[in-house]
Amino acid sequence: MIRHLLSAGDLSLDDATLVLDTADEMARLTEGRAVKKLPTLRGRTVVNLFFEDSTRTRTSFELAAKRLSADVVNFSAKGSSLSKGESLKDTALTLEAMGADGVVVRHSASGAPYRLATSGWINACVVNAGDGTHEHPTQALLDAFTMRRHLGDLAGKQIVIVGDVLHSRVARSNVLLLATLGAEVTLVAPPTLLPNGIEHWPCATSYDLDDALSGADAVMMLRVQSERMNAAFFPSAREYSRRYGLDARRQALMPPEALVLHPGPMNRGMEITAEVADSARSVIVEQVTNGVYVRMAVLYLMLAGTNTGPTPEEAA
Amino acid sequence: MSGTLITGARVLGGDPQDVLIDDGVIVALGAGAREQAGDDATTIDATGLIALPGLVDLHTHLREPGREDAETVETGTRAAARGGFTAVHAMANTDPVADTAGVVEQVWRLGREAGHADVRPVGAVTIGLKGERLAELGAMAESAAGVRVFSDDGVCVHDAMLMRRALEYVKAFDGVIAQHAQEPRLTEGAQMNEGELSGRLGLRGWPSVAEEAIVARDVLLAAHVGSRVHICHLSTKGSVEIVRLAKERGLPVTAEVTPHHLLLTDELVAGYDPRYKVNPPLRSAADVAALREALADGTIDIVATDHAPHPVEAKDCEWDAAAFGMLGLETALSVVQHTMVDTGLLDWAGVADRMSFAPARIGRCDTGDQPHGRPVAVGEPANLTLVDASTTTTVDPSASASLSRNTPYEGMKLPGTVVATFLRGRPTHHTTGGTA
Ligand SMILES: [Zn+2]
Repeated sequence: MIRHLLSAGDLSLDDATLVLDTADEMARLTEGRAVKKLPTLRGRTVVNLFFEDSTRTRTSFELAAKRLSADVVNFSAKGSSLSKGESLKDTALTLEAMGADGVVVRHSASGAPYRLATSGWINACVVNAGDGTHEHPTQALLDAFTMRRHLGDLAGKQIVIVGDVLHSRVARSNVLLLATLGAEVTLVAPPTLLPNGIEHWPCATSYDLDDALSGADAVMMLRVQSERMNAAFFPSAREYSRRYGLDARRQALMPPEALVLHPGPMNRGMEITAEVADSARSVIVEQVTNGVYVRMAVLYLMLAGTNTGPTPEEAA
Repeated sequence: MSGTLITGARVLGGDPQDVLIDDGVIVALGAGAREQAGDDATTIDATGLIALPGLVDLHTHLREPGREDAETVETGTRAAARGGFTAVHAMANTDPVADTAGVVEQVWRLGREAGHADVRPVGAVTIGLKGERLAELGAMAESAAGVRVFSDDGVCVHDAMLMRRALEYVKAFDGVIAQHAQEPRLTEGAQMNEGELSGRLGLRGWPSVAEEAIVARDVLLAAHVGSRVHICHLSTKGSVEIVRLAKERGLPVTAEVTPHHLLLTDELVAGYDPRYKVNPPLRSAADVAALREALADGTIDIVATDHAPHPVEAKDCEWDAAAFGMLGLETALSVVQHTMVDTGLLDWAGVADRMSFAPARIGRCDTGDQPHGRPVAVGEPANLTLVDASTTTTVDPSASASLSRNTPYEGMKLPGTVVATFLRGRPTHHTTGGTA
């Protein structure tokens, strides 16, 4: 298993499969149990280092670490060095001094977890919990986990990802992970929201959502901020919804068993209608539950093997 | 007679000959120099070394006044001397901005006091680099600093009307506008070259077209008003094509390329190490190839360092928060040897042209009391650089004379060593234990 989880592209097929299988195990061990705790990471310290607010992701990691009996420290840095707060480096040195074994980092700057992992400031394992417009690998893992539970092996499955790909770390991580798992991904967006050089990505692209839906096994809608129209990415929220939003008419174009996913938080009425989000084929709420299992698996695989704390046997 | 006899130097890479300098001037060259030297002359054995005219940098950030934590005129010019430079043009984006006669004279005077290299201040085009109102260009031209190069470098003079007026206005004193070509709206928040990698890394792209649109506009403006325009740190294949076409039509444009754009590509950004963050950004391998070719065929006139010192904390952070810029003075000649000479694209006479004669001509410091970029000939000022092209050295940032350490070449093996630099006959640098 890799030492840091910075990009979904770092995971080989074996690594990714191991994480997903381990997440299955975590689900089996804790689902329906009164006591949801495993002793696996007792004595280890996991720091949630959030330079950017995200209650849902932080809570998910916190719950995952606690279910593995790790000590959890929430460190929400008020502003990054971008906003003249404490610098990333000083924060890292502080965490190192505290003896952190794992650092889960969310940052508004792309590559910040990479800096944390490679600059020699810190010895802890680094898990990228979302960096700028770069990646969000555990989101991709939980999406894959959710899809796999419903669709089985993802090899050859048709996955359609729709929305603001340009600014989406979720899209980048999903494209990389799904390619590794053998799925066939189509990204759908207006041309303004597809990054330069996307023809080199391991996926197809389309500007036409109706067209892309017919063969889909799963459709993932990305959050689109309506403020993007101020930078002329699209003319209006209304036009965006009309051309790229998922509503009941479009859902009817999908095969009956096709899943609907959304990484949250949703803009109901913008990229997805309430009717679709709450429909029987929506697995959006399940994604949240699965996020905890996947993050348990990641923390377990990355930290249980390290030699800075007691072994799982000793801890147990 | 006294003086310094340099023996066996290959002037501009030619056959070995002796050079006798005295009282700041080259007094004899070749056969006869030895006899004329007499017994009390200091002799420097330059066997195997290349002798070049003292290098001239048209684009240096010395950071003083205002950011003396990053560099001072004294440390920056010491780095210049070690890099073989005898004159540097100090960019105007200091604090306060060099937009008045007072500031440019201060920088000029600091250069004279330090004595490592002549400092030719660049004047700002607009007050405070704000792009709104012209600075007093005439006052800076007439000051003791004798400014001839004007630039808002760091930012683009993007207002077409203002650029037109600036180009016209400096004709009165034979000035030149050096444009930092960057269309601002196309580069808001830009972090790296826009391409496949920027999309993958999630870093905001700086597209080539943002440079090329301004280059195209400005060569047309310069032609329209009959003025000279100089393009700073030209970085793209498309800009090369525009300048080539403009020169074919006889338009009055000159251009510079930095050493780092001749060597490094945007692939280096993949590790998010801010040492590689620079503006304009590192481009693709195809751009690098086009820049080398353009420098060889003269489409690009000169190499200019864009030496941009920054304190450690400005680079010891996440990419988005890091400052743009890299050191350049001490490694420039080595990078040019590596990319242009050792590849067979340029000979040493070509290096002398691109790094001394041509930049001095563009900056109009090839005439006057203390000229630079003059031929290595009898009667000319003894501004000379001796280079050992046979060495290979691993770049060590801690050995730099600069106050800053932000070199992108750390750990890289580069060819060539500047053995000695003479400013009007006086050694401003010589390697210890070397031949000088
Ligand atoms: Zn510039």
